Parts: sequence; structure tokens; C-alpha cells
Amino acid sequence: MKYLDEYRDGAIARALAGEIACVATHPWVLMEICGGQTHTIMRYGIDELLPRKIELVHGPGCPVCVTPLETIDKAIALALRQDVILVSYGDMLRVPGSNSDLLRAKASGADVRVAYSPTEALKVARANPERQVVFLAIGFETTAPANAMAAWEARREGLKNFSMLVSHVLVPPAIRALLATPQNRIQGFIGPGHVCTVAGYKEYEDLSREFRIPMVVGGFEPVDLLESILMLVRQLEAGKACVENQYVRSVTYAGNLPAQRILKEVFEVGNQKWRGLGEIAGSGLHFREEYARFDANRVFDLELIAAEEPAECISALVLQGLRKPTDCPAFGIGCTPEAPLGAPMVSAEGACAAYYHYRRHKECS
Amino acid sequence: MCLAIPGRVLEIEEAGDLRSGKVRFGGIVRNVRLDFVPEAGAGDYVMVHVGFAISRVDEQEAERTYEILQSMGALAEELGPGEDTAWDRRPQ
Ligand code: SF4
Repeated sequence: MKYLDEYRDGAIARALAGEIACVATHPWVLMEICGGQTHTIMRYGIDELLPRKIELVHGPGCPVCVTPLETIDKAIALALRQDVILVSYGDMLRVPGSNSDLLRAKASGADVRVAYSPTEALKVARANPERQVVFLAIGFETTAPANAMAAWEARREGLKNFSMLVSHVLVPPAIRALLATPQNRIQGFIGPGHVCTVAGYKEYEDLSREFRIPMVVGGFEPVDLLESILMLVRQLEAGKACVENQYVRSVTYAGNLPAQRILKEVFEVGNQKWRGLGEIAGSGLHFREEYARFDANRVFDLELIAAEEPAECISALVLQGLRKPTDCPAFGIGCTPEAPLGAPMVSAEGACAAYYHYRRHKECS
Repeated sequence: MCLAIPGRVLEIEEAGDLRSGKVRFGGIVRNVRLDFVPEAGAGDYVMVHVGFAISRVDEQEAERTYEILQSMGALAEELGPGEDTAWDRRPQ
């Protein structure tokens, strides 16, 4: 497609990397929030194109990776019930719960189905009126409006057998939590382009001012990321700290208003637990009272045993940008995409999986 | 999970207050919900995530940014070929 291939142009990428090398006089630590950006960086070796002074650390922006262990356990428990069809985005099937995962539940006879879009979960509910259909609805601001639309349609249609097990996370409160930790090393952020496509970037201006830190809302192609890094380094070298938008072809200041409207209609902001990071105030979206009957937590009486992560998994440190996946003793040995110990090894956007696919050869040689 | 893929709107279908359309991604045509992009019409590019378009790609902005970037690339060419980097061996 036009405007996609252009942004993968190798000559421009090298020119941008050269420019970054010219501009950077100090070492700088930058974080890309979004797992999609982590994936592009690893796949195209963008970190290897950069001067050594520039260090990229990878943020918690993979919704699969931060869905709480308890939510996975609940989904598995629901899937194992005879009267339930559990519908999920494909990435969630291999995420390890405390003792099992959805794929294993499916192999033992549970009715687990993969959907590409929440509208497909609605179709399953319409086609199976005698069964309860539960949609495991995860996502950041990018995905939440589509999930909200499913609930809105279900309510309008009066669907009685549809509910959602929701784990929605919001980016700005997570950035605040990262910046507020005493061990924080991050000096500039590449903002999440598709999250901001929906939510706009006003909140990022507040954060940039509060912590005096530059942020550039960036796209997902190699050239987008290199340009975003250049914009950040220019700000840092000039002692500036403001928000700039690199991804102008998709992101506007106010964001997508129709998407924000449906989000507010269905959900309200509340506290949310992030796998690896713990609870972050005001970082989640929960059903409003009018939509309570679509909340799987209320429809089903779900007993919950507090769950713990395997001790050898350092994903909490990886998600905060304090350690690289390759620092984990289990990386590539006890933990691989085929047999993951932690969620960041599952999703293609998880930092551990991205390192495993594109960088492992190096660690071994 | 937050990936969005660009596609071209072929035709619009309105059913009550739901808006959808056929969108072409390379060789594949899919039905996509267009509720969040009321401004998008046939011929426009949209970014699609989990079956919903979340933005209309602003072609003018895309072109403008690209031209600025290209002028950097042209400059690099004038300075002579760069050394071979890992880039050229990346999967496309
Ligand atoms: S490599 Fe595996 S065990 Fe180590 S931090 Fe990543 S997900 Fe956890």
C-alpha cells in the first residue's frame, strides 16, 4: 500500500540513524510504550542502527502481557463449565494461568473459540441461545471502543446469554507509575500511536509537564520509529520537554471522538491490576452500572484463589524497562514461545517473544 | 494487539445506525465496521483494529511527512553509499 511501503525505506532509515548520531552528544534512555513498536524495533534491528549512546527500553504496552493472572484463571474456570462458550482473541490462548492455559482447557474438551473481532463473539452468542457466551475482552484504549461496541449492541438487542470478562488498561496512569518509581531511568517516551489515535494526546501533555520529560507520539513503521527517536533526541539535547506528534497521518490532538463516546457510554475509569506491575489507580475501565448484566464477574459466581507468578520470571522488571529479556535466567531455556513461563513470551508484541524471535541467534553465537 | 492495518474502503454499507463497509487489504477484502470514522468514504484509507476502523489515514499528512523524510534520504545518497547494515538483510 502507498504510505506504508514508503515508511520502510532503508535509505531514509539509514539517513535518519545518521542524523541521530550527529545530534546525540549525551547518552539517553528512551522507552517505547507499545508492544507493536517493540516488535518493529526488534524485527528491523532499529536498536542496532542507533548510536550506542541511545538505549531503548521496552514498556508495558502489550495488553496480553499485563492481563492479570487471576483473569486468566477465571477465564479457564469459565471455559471448563459445560454451559459456557468462551470466546477470546487468539493471543490469549497460550498465556499461562496459575496451573493451566486456555489451549490446554480446550484440549481437555472446553469450548474455547478464537475471535478476531468482538463482533464475532456476538455472532456466537446469537447462534447459541441455549449456551452462555463469555468474551474475554482485553485491550488498551485502542481495543476498548470495539469491545464497548459489542456490549452496547448486546444491550440494544437484549442478548441474554452474552457477557464479557474485561481486562482493560489505560496507558497514561502506567506512564505516571513508571516515572514515579525511584529507580526510573527513562528520559524520553515514544508515545503509543494507536492508543493516541483513539484517545488523543492531551493527557500526555500533562505528564510531560509534570515530570519535565519529552514525549513523541510515534507510528509503527521503521522510519516512524527512527523519526520519533530523532525528535526525542533533539528535544533532550536542547533541554526541552514537550509533546510532539510524529504519527500525524493517524493521530489528532483530540483523538477519535465517536470511539471515546462509546467508551464513556459503556465503561467508567477504575483501579486495575496489571500483571507484573500490580494495581495502578485509575488505570482500568469497568462496566457502568447500566451494563452490569454484561459483566461476567457478576453473572457468574467466580471464586478466586490468589495466584502467584513463577519465581524465576522477571517480567515485572522487564515491563518496567529495568531489565532486558535476555537478563532473565529462564530466557530461551526454561521459557520459550512454545512453553512460556510468563506472558511477555507469548504475544508477538511481548518483549521476551520479540527478543526470542529476532535476537536469539546473537545470544547463542 | 494494538496493531492496526491500513486498508482501502471499497464501498459503504449502512444498516440502521451501524456503519460498515468492504475494505481491501492488499489482496484480501474484509467487512469492517466504520462506526468510528463517519468521515471515511469509498476510496479512503483507514487504519483497522479488531475489525473496527479507528482512523482515516490523512493522505496529505502522509505525503507531506514522507517528502520531508525523503529529502533526508536524498541527502544521504548525495553523500555516497553508506556501509551495508543489518537493515538490508531484514525480512520485508
Ligand atoms: S523470558 Fe520468560 S520467564 Fe523470563 S521474564 Fe520473559 S516471560 Fe518471564
